[in-house]
Amino acid sequence: MGYANFLFLKEELSLIVLMIILLVYDLFGSQKSLKYFHPVACVLFLAHTLLNLLPQETTIEAFGGMYSCTPIGGVVKTILNAGTLIVLMQAYNWVNSESVLIRRGEFYLILFSSLLGMYFMISAGNFLLFFIGLETASIPMAILSAYDKYKYQSAEAGAKYILSATFASGLSLYGISLIYGTVGTLYFADITHNISGNPLQYMAFGFFIVGLFFKISLVPFHQWTPDVYEGAPTPVTAYFSVISKGSAAFVLMTLLFKVFGNFLVEWQAILYVVIIATITIANLFAIRQQNLKRFLAYSSVSQAGYIMLGVISGSAIGMSSLVYYILVYMISNLAAFGVITVIEQRTGKITLNDYNGLYATNPKLSVVMMLALFSLAGIPPFAGFFSKFFIFYAGAQQGFYVLVFIALLNTILSLYYYLLVVKAMFIQKNETPIVPFRSDAYTRISLIVCSAGIIVLGLFGNTLYELFVNMSFGV
Amino acid sequence: MNFLSLFVLIPVLMLGALLISSNIKQIRTICATGASLLLLLAITLTSLYLGERSLGNTADMLFKASSTWYAPLHIHYSVGVDGISVAMLLLSSIIVFTGIFTSWKIELLPKEYFIWFCLLSIGVFGFFISTDLFTMFMFYEIALIPMYLLIGVWGTGKKEYAAMKLTLMLMGGSALLLVGILGIYFNAGGSSMNILEIAQQYIPVEMQRWFFPLTFIGFGVLGALFPFHTWSPDGHASAPTAVSMLHAGVLMKLGGYGCFRVAIYLMPEAAHELAWIFILLTGISVVYGAYSAIVQTDLKYINAYSSVSHCGLVLFAILMLNQTAMTGAVMQMLSHGLMTALFFALIGMIYGRTHTRDIREMGGLMKIIPFLGVCYVIAGLASLGLPGLSGFVAEMTIFVGSFQHADLFHRVMTIIACTSIVITAVYILRVVGKLLYGKVVNEHHFQLTDAVWYERFAVIVLIIAIAGIGLAPLWLSDMIRDSFSGLMTALIK
Repeated sequence: MGYANFLFLKEELSLIVLMIILLVYDLFGSQKSLKYFHPVACVLFLAHTLLNLLPQETTIEAFGGMYSCTPIGGVVKTILNAGTLIVLMQAYNWVNSESVLIRRGEFYLILFSSLLGMYFMISAGNFLLFFIGLETASIPMAILSAYDKYKYQSAEAGAKYILSATFASGLSLYGISLIYGTVGTLYFADITHNISGNPLQYMAFGFFIVGLFFKISLVPFHQWTPDVYEGAPTPVTAYFSVISKGSAAFVLMTLLFKVFGNFLVEWQAILYVVIIATITIANLFAIRQQNLKRFLAYSSVSQAGYIMLGVISGSAIGMSSLVYYILVYMISNLAAFGVITVIEQRTGKITLNDYNGLYATNPKLSVVMMLALFSLAGIPPFAGFFSKFFIFYAGAQQGFYVLVFIALLNTILSLYYYLLVVKAMFIQKNETPIVPFRSDAYTRISLIVCSAGIIVLGLFGNTLYELFVNMSFGV
Repeated sequence: MNFLSLFVLIPVLMLGALLISSNIKQIRTICATGASLLLLLAITLTSLYLGERSLGNTADMLFKASSTWYAPLHIHYSVGVDGISVAMLLLSSIIVFTGIFTSWKIELLPKEYFIWFCLLSIGVFGFFISTDLFTMFMFYEIALIPMYLLIGVWGTGKKEYAAMKLTLMLMGGSALLLVGILGIYFNAGGSSMNILEIAQQYIPVEMQRWFFPLTFIGFGVLGALFPFHTWSPDGHASAPTAVSMLHAGVLMKLGGYGCFRVAIYLMPEAAHELAWIFILLTGISVVYGAYSAIVQTDLKYINAYSSVSHCGLVLFAILMLNQTAMTGAVMQMLSHGLMTALFFALIGMIYGRTHTRDIREMGGLMKIIPFLGVCYVIAGLASLGLPGLSGFVAEMTIFVGSFQHADLFHRVMTIIACTSIVITAVYILRVVGKLLYGKVVNEHHFQLTDAVWYERFAVIVLIIAIAGIGLAPLWLSDMIRDSFSGLMTALIK
């Protein structure tokens, strides 16, 4: 094993370098220079994103197949980078608030190490590396969700997350060990050929997949989601709902395609049930939520169900649609979270009734929120319509018409609750509305980027989508 | 760029201009200019189309253009028109034009109002020029969502309930529709989303049996197909005037247009097999809508139920699957679009003066506001099918066409549907009598003033169009009839 192998891990290495720089800066920077910590971190991360922006042409293999990053995996990493950057920008107010300021430096490091874990999950070629990546991704998330540790709910969220995440990882690990027991290897490439379908392998597969379902929070493994989303600081919730979910969904897809391709029929049957349950139950619960963070938690659970429609197809179109869906979902959800974060920071208001009459006082924020919700609901001409259509296309291509139909009926339910928020903002009147305010530059830039993305990614997303299609592969 | 795309581009530019406009004068200028351009464009298109046809161009669609959009999914932005879409575009541009003049004096948030109005027009125009299933569906949905805010913010009465009901029901329809479209596309080989190309493919009949009802109901919800019509009375009654005009006048026509352009044209075998179910349903729409209109006391509800009845007749005629009836259906779309827009405009104007729409609280208005009164009578006469106005031509053609079927079922259904003419006369004359003649019920009504210039303008444009179709229908019905020949060959095949 030559050290030259490390050079293949360009993206991971650049993130690690970034983390070291920030660590040193945080430790040794003078009080005066630390004022610029947030902009420096954002710029450095932007540089990291741009450095790794160009899609790779072939699969990168290193360490004898332990590390293997497909071109589409590289694209997903870039998408995660972009999302993390937006989350960082929206976190500006929160990380500089009094109670967090003292722990500010750690926030960036923990956030980035969780991102690093996702990189490894995505580009693993071996279950061992995959598991390390999974843990590196989830343990920092528990810290992050308990970051407002003096708040009861935040501490509760941290505890809930670490317990359920450990449980899920345990299940996955058990599955992995059973797989090793039956095929004698942990390399994905070797396992593919040795999966014969003996009962133990089915069991192993079952344990393994449930662990990932926890991560993506698919029904019935979604119970932790609302509580954690509600308790965690809002920027962290945003990170949970898009970055963590997106990466886990993509990883699940590549594993099912690459490693468990022989079990196609089995996992299609599992996913069929899980998708229907996820979408329907999450939508029904979302209708009754008053707290907007809980509301978006349930909405994100149901969105995860739609994401899985791309997986169930088992086709290349499904894969590219899924990646596109993740991108659009990320942009839309972050726009919604950006609005919620800034309003919560300025006024402390977070329930649906507080948003009554928002358009009269803060028209721009309301319009951004509306764009985000329409995109999430799949209303043209916004990006969400296109990504939903592509996902349904992928499902229908494999003949899952009934599933697509049920999912479509559920979009009506989801439209109902998204419209409740629109109604609150535009139609309802309020005695004590949210006061007009001008948000900070970071939030504004992030919201402008998101809104532009919502409009552009639909009508002019064809080149990007074709790029994804060219990189995708099916079972 | 193809000049048909201007129909979408002009509203988009209007929308952009509205976003940066700052006062009501600018907003009015933008809207009036844009709407006049659209009307001019539609008239130019009509003459160009007729010119091409008279030169002997017999292609299915004229002025076709197509550019690749999402290539891996075979999605194109493709446009093209035949006589039916030309007629629909003409109708839409007239209604948008008059709609803008009827909302001339809107006070609450005018900028936002017109922005949503423009978005609605983008959807409507885009739908009629598209020949690609995806693009068509996209424009269809674009036209639906602005309704929520237009009714929710600017509406009257129980507007929030009505807005939500309308949006969710129509979205439900589009959910069915999307499954239908995907089914059509994949079962026709999955190589093109273009309607003209799919029409050349064969879709297995057992698949058609699934996807025809889905598509037909999907569009039918917007065309007020019984029992999915319930959004219509509430929605139309709560919407602001111009929105009711556009919605009843044009948007409901999207439903009928989609029914034959997509459902019947692409799945003719299933259409023959399953038409009887939908004929029963539309028969109910026609009669039930008319009877419901009789007992209503709110002017808008009366007109909304009358729309259910008339739009039911459109779908009824389409399902007869012969050229005469279908020509009648399109004529009825035009006629109903114009006259219902006229009705809603007049009701809006009367409501703006009397602040009530309850016919029991009004009377003798003819002497006080003669202009509006006379126009109301004209609209009523068009609605009950007086010869010389558009309604007569349309309904005559429909019933002649549907009576051509020699079997008992079709004959009986036609006779039942015919009774709606009588019932229509009942509710129209009842309203005209109560509202316009008799004693003045309310003292305050003596102070009412008659229509002002922009109101007169909008109303006169609509009346000219109605009388135009009624007096010289032949060029129009020929244009529409010829365009059905492609569909007919598909049906006979």
